Amino acid sequence: MSKLLLLGDEAIAQAALDAGLSGVYAYPGTPSTEITEYIQHSKQAVEDHVHSEWAGNEKTAMESAIGMSYAGKRALVCMKHVGLNVAADPFMNSAITGANGGLVVLVADDPSMHSSQDEQDSRYYAKFALLPTFEPANQQEAYDMTYEAFDFSEKYHIPVLLRVTTRLAHSRAGVARKAVRAQNPLKIENNPKQFILLPANARIFYRELLDKQEPMEKEAEKSRFNRYFQGKDKSLGIIASGIAYNYVMENFIGSESPYPVLKISQYPLPVRMIAKLVDECEAVLVAEEGYPIIEEQLRGLLNRTGNTKGRLDGTLPRDGELNPNLLAKALGLPDTVGAPVPELVTPRPPALCQGCPHIDTYVALNEVMTQYGPGKVFSDIGCYTLGALPPYSAIYSTVDMGASITMAKGAADAGLSPCVAVIGDSTFTHSGMTSLLDAIYENTPVTVFILDNSTTGMTGGQDSHAFGRLGAICKGLGVEEEHIRVINPLRQHHVENVKIIQKEIEYQGVSVIIPTRECIQTLRKRVKAKKNND
Amino acid sequence: MKIDIILAGVGGQGILSIASIVGHAAVKKGLYMKQAEVHGMSQRGGDVQSHFRLADREIYSDLIPKGQADLIISVEPMEALRYLPWLSKEGWLITNSKPFVNISNYPEEAVLMAELDKQPRKVVIDADRIAKEAGSSRSANMVILGAASPFIQIEFEAIENAVQEIFGKKGEEMVSINLQCLHAGRDFAEQHKDN
Repeated sequence: MSKLLLLGDEAIAQAALDAGLSGVYAYPGTPSTEITEYIQHSKQAVEDHVHSEWAGNEKTAMESAIGMSYAGKRALVCMKHVGLNVAADPFMNSAITGANGGLVVLVADDPSMHSSQDEQDSRYYAKFALLPTFEPANQQEAYDMTYEAFDFSEKYHIPVLLRVTTRLAHSRAGVARKAVRAQNPLKIENNPKQFILLPANARIFYRELLDKQEPMEKEAEKSRFNRYFQGKDKSLGIIASGIAYNYVMENFIGSESPYPVLKISQYPLPVRMIAKLVDECEAVLVAEEGYPIIEEQLRGLLNRTGNTKGRLDGTLPRDGELNPNLLAKALGLPDTVGAPVPELVTPRPPALCQGCPHIDTYVALNEVMTQYGPGKVFSDIGCYTLGALPPYSAIYSTVDMGASITMAKGAADAGLSPCVAVIGDSTFTHSGMTSLLDAIYENTPVTVFILDNSTTGMTGGQDSHAFGRLGAICKGLGVEEEHIRVINPLRQHHVENVKIIQKEIEYQGVSVIIPTRECIQTLRKRVKAKKNND
Repeated sequence: MKIDIILAGVGGQGILSIASIVGHAAVKKGLYMKQAEVHGMSQRGGDVQSHFRLADREIYSDLIPKGQADLIISVEPMEALRYLPWLSKEGWLITNSKPFVNISNYPEEAVLMAELDKQPRKVVIDADRIAKEAGSSRSANMVILGAASPFIQIEFEAIENAVQEIFGKKGEEMVSINLQCLHAGRDFAEQHKDN
């Protein structure tokens, strides 16, 4: 079969389908979004009735995937790294229940924060939960390891964390496929207590989880994804995990590494392989994309041997994404660089699109807020976060999904007045509804803008769960009907909108303003698609 | 054989279609390919780049090492200069001369052109004008690809075929306009690549 040219994300999606996937569950989040989108557009998935609708958030996605695994079918759940914080509760406990049908948790980390608020490393979560991690180095391994992760999950009755980073997720290469496997039949777990985590049961299952660690470590020792390459020069040994392996090897193209290299892609860590490298080499360089989790364990709290190099001793930078040049320097090889960037080159930050409805909302909001001074608008995660930049400079916080409303509430509790929250329609249904309920419960004086552009804009226009029912949701949660105001964010309605905003900000209770106008990008796509169909 | 290309532009300018055409041609030839793209936040009018690598052997890094790119292909002149640290000492810079101004502090055009003029090996082409003359102002990226084609070690015919296949769904007229743009870019580069 000829190779397919696939993004790392797409390779994972295709592998899951070929491995007999019955459902993918996800909330959009860069750099993981393309996995679910690929499955949604796959003819193979449609024909095999593979579930692929978006979930409300990462927690609901994780729980649905556990449910599908409970029913004996293979499930994939996908999220970006910070999404795992949202899904942490079911994730941690899925280690205790274990899996019935193969359960793979794909987490895409974002070192260098290309599109994120932190660069947390999901391998810590897997270690914390005592779950195995698969960390492919390239697109072919992304395919192969995903395919095999489902078998591993069923063999050990355990969820598998599949960890990639932005670079692999969004880079394309040729990928060879394996044979398509049929989906599992419906079959619930033999032990009816398996998913009942009452303390008496959970204690037993936790011990079982502990007992799985040794055989899983043995699997890692013999895994074809963990490889030991001999090298003549024993003054240094190199441990390279995941994609960091590529940056090491890029420096030895056309020759072999003079130093022994241990490539690690499957965890729990293959301790014997590591011991072999440490024993035969004078010093060890650890290259990992993300946090120095292997390096930290190898070095130990006291760093008694003093011969571990990596991100902790400054051989590599402590933060940010790795690249071939950083590894060249770490290996003491000549580094290459072209001409410097001329001074006239200025940054070109991302900006709200021309015609974006958020622009009109921010212009109106800014006009009202001028009288109250800065620091009183809390915001959230989405395109509208770009309102933090000039010329708007309209918002003062962006922390996590849903935090705008609850931060505004906390600041109002502290005595700050007025307090305004700005949140998108999709972010609101992801994590804002319970925040709003907190404010309603105490009738806290906050004004919440739910920017309804009828889509999940920042990640490319996925359907929003709130579509057509934002007003009804707010009313159902208990916002007084006269304080739910739908406005049309257009320049021609500016004066009228400013009046409404002013009035609701003055109201000493919970008010919700819903500026409603379709995202300019999805509108364009829709018009274009219609034109093509006509 | 290896060829490493930095593709540059502003989100939405179509650098990825250049990559998909060259990629299509390369994969048919049985070459190894890796192409790192930028998705997400930066696509909203920010600067975007793609690392595009071809070789007749396995490619390890998805990123091109600094100082080792053979080509910078840019659909925007200031963006071309942003990636000079990646260009090798013998590398060529192929760029559109038409600025895309969506920031208030964009450099003066004359200053920008003077800076481009200093580059030792370059093709600077008004791709927007040529594309418009050919009948599709949105095909400037094909003019740029044409201008870069003499520097890519893939037969021109294979690139033409890839254009044909990729634009085929959009009808004969689009294929012919895009091929015309491709040729115009190539002719310009052949005439101007010695200075």
